[in-house]
Amino acid sequence: MHLRFVHAAAAAVISVVAVVSAAQTPAPAAPYTVVARSGRQPLAVRTINGQEMFALDDLARLFNLNVRDDALAGGITVSANNQTIVMTAQQPLASIGGRMISLPAAPVREGRSWLVPVDFVARALAPISQQRVELRKPSRLLLVGDVRLPRIAARAEPLGAVTRVTVDVAPQTPHTVTQEGSRLLLRFDADALDLADVRLTPNDVLQGIHPGDAPSILAFDLGPRFASFRVSDQPQLTPNAGRVVVDLSAQTEAAPNAPPGAAPPVAQPPAGEPPPLLDLPSQAGLRSIVIDPGHGGDDAGARGTAGTLEKNVTLAIARKLKAALESRLGVRVLLSRDSDQNVNVDQRAAVANNNKADLFLSIHANASVRAGASGVEVFSMSADGNGAPPARSTPESLPVLGGGSRDIDVIPWETAQTRFLDQSGSLARTLEAALRERVPMSRHALIQAPLRVLVGANMPAALVEAGFLTNPAQEKQLAGEEYQNAVVQALVDGIVRFRASAPGGAR
Amino acid sequence: MTRRALAVAVIAALAFVMGWALFVALPHWYRRAPPAAATANPSPSPVDAAQAAAARKITATLYYVSDDGMALVGTQKEVPYAAAVADQARAILEAQLAPALPLVSAIPAGTKLKQVFVTERGDAFVDFSADITAGHPGGSLEETLTVYTVVDVLAVNLPAITHVQILVDGKEVDTLAGHVDLRQPLAKSLDWVVHDTH
Repeated sequence: MHLRFVHAAAAAVISVVAVVSAAQTPAPAAPYTVVARSGRQPLAVRTINGQEMFALDDLARLFNLNVRDDALAGGITVSANNQTIVMTAQQPLASIGGRMISLPAAPVREGRSWLVPVDFVARALAPISQQRVELRKPSRLLLVGDVRLPRIAARAEPLGAVTRVTVDVAPQTPHTVTQEGSRLLLRFDADALDLADVRLTPNDVLQGIHPGDAPSILAFDLGPRFASFRVSDQPQLTPNAGRVVVDLSAQTEAAPNAPPGAAPPVAQPPAGEPPPLLDLPSQAGLRSIVIDPGHGGDDAGARGTAGTLEKNVTLAIARKLKAALESRLGVRVLLSRDSDQNVNVDQRAAVANNNKADLFLSIHANASVRAGASGVEVFSMSADGNGAPPARSTPESLPVLGGGSRDIDVIPWETAQTRFLDQSGSLARTLEAALRERVPMSRHALIQAPLRVLVGANMPAALVEAGFLTNPAQEKQLAGEEYQNAVVQALVDGIVRFRASAPGGAR
Repeated sequence: MTRRALAVAVIAALAFVMGWALFVALPHWYRRAPPAAATANPSPSPVDAAQAAAARKITATLYYVSDDGMALVGTQKEVPYAAAVADQARAILEAQLAPALPLVSAIPAGTKLKQVFVTERGDAFVDFSADITAGHPGGSLEETLTVYTVVDVLAVNLPAITHVQILVDGKEVDTLAGHVDLRQPLAKSLDWVVHDTH
């Protein structure tokens, strides 16, 4: 009798406290969305004492839970799948089959029902559930069962005439991109999208990014100056994520940069600019970079006295550099080879030209007949080493899809690099300065020479000799992580500075 | 069938004639041509003028790798005199290829000179044995030094030669070891040369 009275009194006090505290912070929070194979439904959330809470009854309905109110002990028992979760009103704890887990707050009784912190789902329910239960707090989602709901983060940044939209997708999900009227639809092979973050400043090419009409669609609202788009995928950003890069090109005003009188166009299209037939690499920032690991396959390159092969060193450095550039600059990085394979020297620059890379960097390791020779060297193409006539682009009038014709600069492969000698020289100087801060340089660290691999590169290009394999001490360094990382760090620094020094649009 | 055989025969004959023209007739003509020029301008080196007839030697600057491996160092050596530019070029190159210890050449040891010819335009074509690629240690710097040893030793010593192209086993090559573009004749470059009073 006495005991019963004490319990009743305690329960009364607790409920009063609960009601009072609920009254103190009555803010109804935005509901969570439960996403299951069967569909979506809202799940109400209450904020009590700064803690977001679900009603246990709602969860019971969703997950088929059996809730028993143990008034005697002042607690509750939740059971499902032959497992039992026990909680008490005063303690931010739950016991699952005898194992204790902590909760951010104690469960709260409200009248005849109970409220539990949202984390209860992740920490207590998920472990005993037979199906997947995933709580995504940032996007206020509760995933139940086998639903494919990739997390999407999109950001748009203007890069000169191009607006680049980078969409990170976790996990990696197949997708298609189609244009429908004034919208570009990025359609994922998923049940729905978890649109975690969108960052953009609307401009006249891209005005907004928002969920599309169907749950698996991300829609881009295109602006009036939108001309064309290009999509490229970057799988393996991390093992569990992918990245889709969509470049939106703006319409160019009729030849804004052409000085009057220079190379008069043969035939102007009658009205408006036709869609670009050829994307000449724009100087507006770095969008993609091609790294060329020197040699490979049958061509081992230079050989150290201890047997280190240049082809292996260059590939190791190139792979590290690719990873570092992608994560720090968020640019697209391609390797001219990603294994020990033969690559023709023309193919190396072709990878860069065909992918419209904004920068080409060939990685090598040096050799000398003098064992003492050491230090890093940066090469760029020499101006007139081969006595070839200076490159002159010859405008040719070519037919364009959709009628009309257009002047296209036809540049002989052999002389592509001659148009970029200044920029390549500047790139080499910037890289040399950045390298000097981290690794020992050769006595003549900045060199111009008629290098075969750079000749055909239709973009700023340089070649880095990362050290002398014929120097035993340097051979050891070149084969090791520490030195390779230092070189990679320096090259990333250099490329960041080069990008900063070449402001958008300046040509 | 006979038509096909005929076609093959014609192509083979054409290939033979072109090969002959390129490797036998042209060098022959060019070796003939220069003496006139050489007599008009007999001394490639000023030192040579007085001594040429008697000593049959000229002083040429040969190039070797500097002690630190970073550059070429010019060294004066006496080489046999020859009247024709192509012959003089050959004499200078033979001297450059000869072992000169303790000096180290950037041209791999064992490399043999097969053929030299010089066009009227002043382009020299120098054909080496495959040792120049097989024995090359690689590396952009070393390859640059090798190439400019050949280019500069001719273009510096023989004003009649302005550009030099290296051939290997009678054929044009892309590069020696993957770096320096050899598909066109190269002009001399003294960027690689440091001066030495050796």
